[in-house]
Amino acid sequence: MSEYLTVTVDGERVTAVPGQTVAALLIGLGRRSWRTTRGEGRPRGIFCGIGVCFDCLVVVNGEPDVRACRRRVADGDAIRVQHGAQTPS
Amino acid sequence: MTVHPPVTVVGAGPAGLAAASAATAAGARVRLIDAEPSPGGQYLRGDALGRAYDGAKVHGARVPDGVDYLPDTEVWALEPLPGGGARLHLRTGPADGSGGAVGAGRADPVGRPGPSTGRTTGEPDAAPPSGTTADDRPGPMGVRSAPSTRPRADDGRAAPLEATSTVAVHTVDAPVLVLATGAHDRVLPFPGWDLPGVVTAGAAQALAKSQRTAIGHNAVVAGTGPFLLPVARSLHGVGARVAAVLEAGAPVSGWLGDPGGAAAGLGKLGELAGHTAALARRRVPYRTRTAVIEAHGDGALEAVTTARLDPRWRPLPGTERTIAADALCLGFGFTPRLEAAIAAGCATSGGFVRVDAAQATSARGVFAAGEPTGIGGAALAAAEGEVAGTAAARAAGHPVAPPLGALRRVRTGRRFAAGLAAAHPIGPGWKEWPRDDTLVCRCEEVALRDLHAAARSAPGGRAFRLASRAGLGLCQGRVCGRNTAELIGLTDEDARRFDRRPIAVPIRLGDLADDT
Repeated sequence: MSEYLTVTVDGERVTAVPGQTVAALLIGLGRRSWRTTRGEGRPRGIFCGIGVCFDCLVVVNGEPDVRACRRRVADGDAIRVQHGAQTPS
Repeated sequence: MTVHPPVTVVGAGPAGLAAASAATAAGARVRLIDAEPSPGGQYLRGDALGRAYDGAKVHGARVPDGVDYLPDTEVWALEPLPGGGARLHLRTGPADGSGGAVGAGRADPVGRPGPSTGRTTGEPDAAPPSGTTADDRPGPMGVRSAPSTRPRADDGRAAPLEATSTVAVHTVDAPVLVLATGAHDRVLPFPGWDLPGVVTAGAAQALAKSQRTAIGHNAVVAGTGPFLLPVARSLHGVGARVAAVLEAGAPVSGWLGDPGGAAAGLGKLGELAGHTAALARRRVPYRTRTAVIEAHGDGALEAVTTARLDPRWRPLPGTERTIAADALCLGFGFTPRLEAAIAAGCATSGGFVRVDAAQATSARGVFAAGEPTGIGGAALAAAEGEVAGTAAARAAGHPVAPPLGALRRVRTGRRFAAGLAAAHPIGPGWKEWPRDDTLVCRCEEVALRDLHAAARSAPGGRAFRLASRAGLGLCQGRVCGRNTAELIGLTDEDARRFDRRPIAVPIRLGDLADDT
């Protein structure tokens, strides 16, 4: 198991730590919001932090609606902000 | 030979671990299912960084030897079994990942990363979470799984976290079931509470304890209850400044009003005194009868407005102050996670699962322990778990002695919990905090005025929910349910609708297609 993981956040290469959640990675990068709501495009980031509220949704490897607070980063992950309701890409 | 059914425990927090331990000690085979990658639940949350996932041992939270442990596994649906207990529909794998559906071409049969995951590395023969091999055993474990996608653990080792990339959807029959599903923070709405940077106290705590990450540089901790203090301390521990801790209630007078309850929890009071002293050393202001009544910021939190409250929690005009903050951590007590118990047919009362002295619910074969039966903290949860695990082992046919010590600790703990609840009531004046345009339901973006409009046009229960859409989003009313019920004045029966969630966790259709 390598000491660091390499992932991309909105296309930019960054380093993550094994066991790190996507939310902790994004917060560590200084991000506070990474989703906009379906209705009025309001910015959202982490809220409940334990997988209950579904506010912190993010797109991981083309798959939308991934809870950033629960998802552990995997090497090579491509993480993107989510705008409204997205379909898999 | 009599074949005893296994005891299935859902939740590996203090209650679930104690239940698994007691049932194992009583001779039962135990299966422990938990959504997190490591045991401990929210309270015993350990540092998750920089370590290979070693399965069962993290920071004092230890899965007993011999337990069939299924981490990273969410119960997404549950249905009662005719003979007692329940059938659990499980999803094992990375949170909200996909890849279980072979038919959809998303992952190959031996669990290599599927094309949709786009991973560049990862061990192709990564071992799965251990429990998914349970169906190899004959008979009464009752696991049904889709053989084509079942990942294999050839050497029995748990996989490193980042190598687990395939989701398995499977089904387990649990004729004897212990539900220890815990709770989440309750947060009350006010203008700006949906700004990024406003989080639950539990979120700040989880980030600090498991991820060594501070939610912000300059935090305000607000709400009510003793949990605010350890959260403030954890924030300090990861380098954040805590600008203030604001307690909406007046807990000291609350404690004095109930000396019996306070005495029952002397150990807990000592723990709280330690937190208070640590905050005092850092000169963190701790104000009572004070709340954040508005959060400000352009795209994310920049400042909060605080106000003094009257005893009913109505803001006192003229007491408003504005404090700069990039994080606001809120906790107004806890909401029990009831959906599994309700789906299993357990009766509730006053918003909690009703249990007898043996932690048995009204549903045959189903026991409950910890916060779903009443908010009382980790020590009470562990005592209830021990009682529930023992009773469950007995229900599974193992002769056991009554757990007298645990029963005594449950009685004491409940007195303390009652004292705690009495010292930290939610004041009804919070209903004056939100404005007409304040969102109450964050998922469906339903503002207070929309709730009132819906209540006028479609009074009562289901019609109100459909008209307002409150609670119909992804979180299924977990965040807004009780707030909405109180704001609109729903009947208890209508309020309970928010706790019914036949699908406990959203699941991707592609994964469902594989649940054969």
